Amino acid sequence: MDQGRSHRIRRRLLRAGHFIGLFLAMAAICLPGLWVVLNSFRPTVEIMAKPPVWIPTELNLDNYRAMFGGIGEGGVPVLTYFRNSLVISLTSTVIALLVGMAGGYAFARYRIPGKSAIFVGLMVTRAVPGVALSLPLFILYGRLGIIDTHFGMILVYVALNVPFTIWLIDGFFRQVPKELAEAAEIDGCTRWQAFWKVEFPVARAGIASAGIFAFLTSWNEYALASQLTRSLNSKTMPVGLMDFTSQFTLNWGGMCALAVLMILPALVLTFLVQKHLIAGLTFGGVKG
Amino acid sequence: MAEVVLRDVVKNYGALPVVHSINLDIAHGEFVVLVGPSGCGKSTTLRMIAGLEDISGGTVRIGDRVVNDLPPRDRNISMVFQNYALYPHMTVRENLGFSLHIARRSKADIERAVADAADILSLTPLLDRKPGQLSGGQRQRVAMGRAIVRHPDVFLFDEPLSNLDAKLRTQMRVEIKRLHQKVGTTIIYVTHDQIEAMTLADRIVIMRDGHIVQIGTPLEVFERPVNAFVATFIGSPPMNLLPATVTGGALRLADGTTLPLPPGLSARDGRALHFGVRADNIMPEGHAMPPTSHMAYADMPVTLTEPLGTETLLFGTLAGTEVQAKMLNPRPVRAGEVLRFGIALDKCHLFDAATGASLRV
Repeated sequence: MDQGRSHRIRRRLLRAGHFIGLFLAMAAICLPGLWVVLNSFRPTVEIMAKPPVWIPTELNLDNYRAMFGGIGEGGVPVLTYFRNSLVISLTSTVIALLVGMAGGYAFARYRIPGKSAIFVGLMVTRAVPGVALSLPLFILYGRLGIIDTHFGMILVYVALNVPFTIWLIDGFFRQVPKELAEAAEIDGCTRWQAFWKVEFPVARAGIASAGIFAFLTSWNEYALASQLTRSLNSKTMPVGLMDFTSQFTLNWGGMCALAVLMILPALVLTFLVQKHLIAGLTFGGVKG
Repeated sequence: MAEVVLRDVVKNYGALPVVHSINLDIAHGEFVVLVGPSGCGKSTTLRMIAGLEDISGGTVRIGDRVVNDLPPRDRNISMVFQNYALYPHMTVRENLGFSLHIARRSKADIERAVADAADILSLTPLLDRKPGQLSGGQRQRVAMGRAIVRHPDVFLFDEPLSNLDAKLRTQMRVEIKRLHQKVGTTIIYVTHDQIEAMTLADRIVIMRDGHIVQIGTPLEVFERPVNAFVATFIGSPPMNLLPATVTGGALRLADGTTLPLPPGLSARDGRALHFGVRADNIMPEGHAMPPTSHMAYADMPVTLTEPLGTETLLFGTLAGTEVQAKMLNPRPVRAGEVLRFGIALDKCHLFDAATGASLRV
């Protein structure tokens, strides 16, 4: 009896410990983001205050108003940056997904001589830090004349994302039993139809998650974009953040406001696709 | 509906031959079971008929068309896979109607065909579920339903029951046989389970190492196995094989026991053989079928018993080899008890010790 009670108490304590641990971990992850959101609504004085003002005394939209305002009033071409970011990220994601699907499917389904070597080779490209490529890319792009173009940025991000999408999508196609496609072929499909009508829908959730990763990589990338974009032609939002720095001052409030605008679409997209991910797969079609 | 003819069909994986020159004629409406141990090439043969594997040599004909180079969709076949391969993102209704949908049949047509198939297999209440919400037996029935909606020339079954538990397997076996009686389509069925083969087949094709060993009706392969492999593979428990030598026109077992040669069989002196006797033909006196005119008797200690209700399997040692015998109208038997067994010699077999070939053929 007594033993049972002490066991119960221990279990409760353990559970409480888990909650506290989780709370601390989540706080460490979320606080910087929340701080950015909070700062975007606060005047610079309060942001810079020492000791920090934890509980805001005044919240307003001044930073946002200024950001969308004219030049001279602290305005930056937010909409142009946003459009550039969107065009570059979406296009590169779509291309990376198409290439990733083709590659991932081939890796998952076909015997290719030297398959594992090719695969490792693809992964190794991910080991090179992106910044290390910035100078060679800059020189190359300079010669080709594609610095400061959407095309140039899309090309970089496709190259950055393709190994990753191939790797992820390969994994998802491996989980789709090959008998599904065979059954579809016997049911009258061509190879192509079998893919689009059966294998693709079944692996769709996985492909969507690869899409999120690719999109977020392009959307958030700063190091290469800061080198390869020059003007309103192609500057993306992360690069746009630097507009808030000037020789002697840093407009933290404005920067935070733009950062919030950057986070929002990514957040919305993730939520949209996440629902899809969870609703996704029950591999009930075959015996596990 | 159509006949299926395999002529010198060969399958190589690279330099490795897995199916050696198979010849097989399957009549229209026949239920043929390919059976053999794993790796014998039976599934590969089925997949070549389906068009899922390239044919390395020979021809496969379905009806009056050679289908070697036709893709699966043009062969008018349907297949039930071991893991069912139901489309997980579609409901049962969509799964059943998929082939007709691909063939661009009218909505009304598809609905009617799906309703018919669902009716035959009692799937009607499940039509709006997804495969993930079905039990193993129900998935199996959906897979069969998907095969029958399109009225193919040939049904192919690739070990369809091996993922089911024993009870359900027996039940589905009956359903498959009933389905065949109802639709009368040619069926080619692959299994490694000899009981499935015996119970379902019009004709059994026994394969081993990429060769066909024997083709025959279930009773033919049971009663007249061409070699020791078939004799031990077909029938449960497997046929007992006792090493023996022919001495003075009689069989001399390893421990010196002599038995007369089974009637109708002869062999020259000194020939090394295996004496084959099924458990059904070696029974303790007083618990056996009425003795025939060709009985031999031997004493054997019982080491283990397996009571099955109407009969008990007795394990004993005869001439140094473990032997399984059957006891009808069983009484309790203690381990170690020595019983006198009668052997019905006219039902026994002799196989060449080296080649395994039966002396009866």
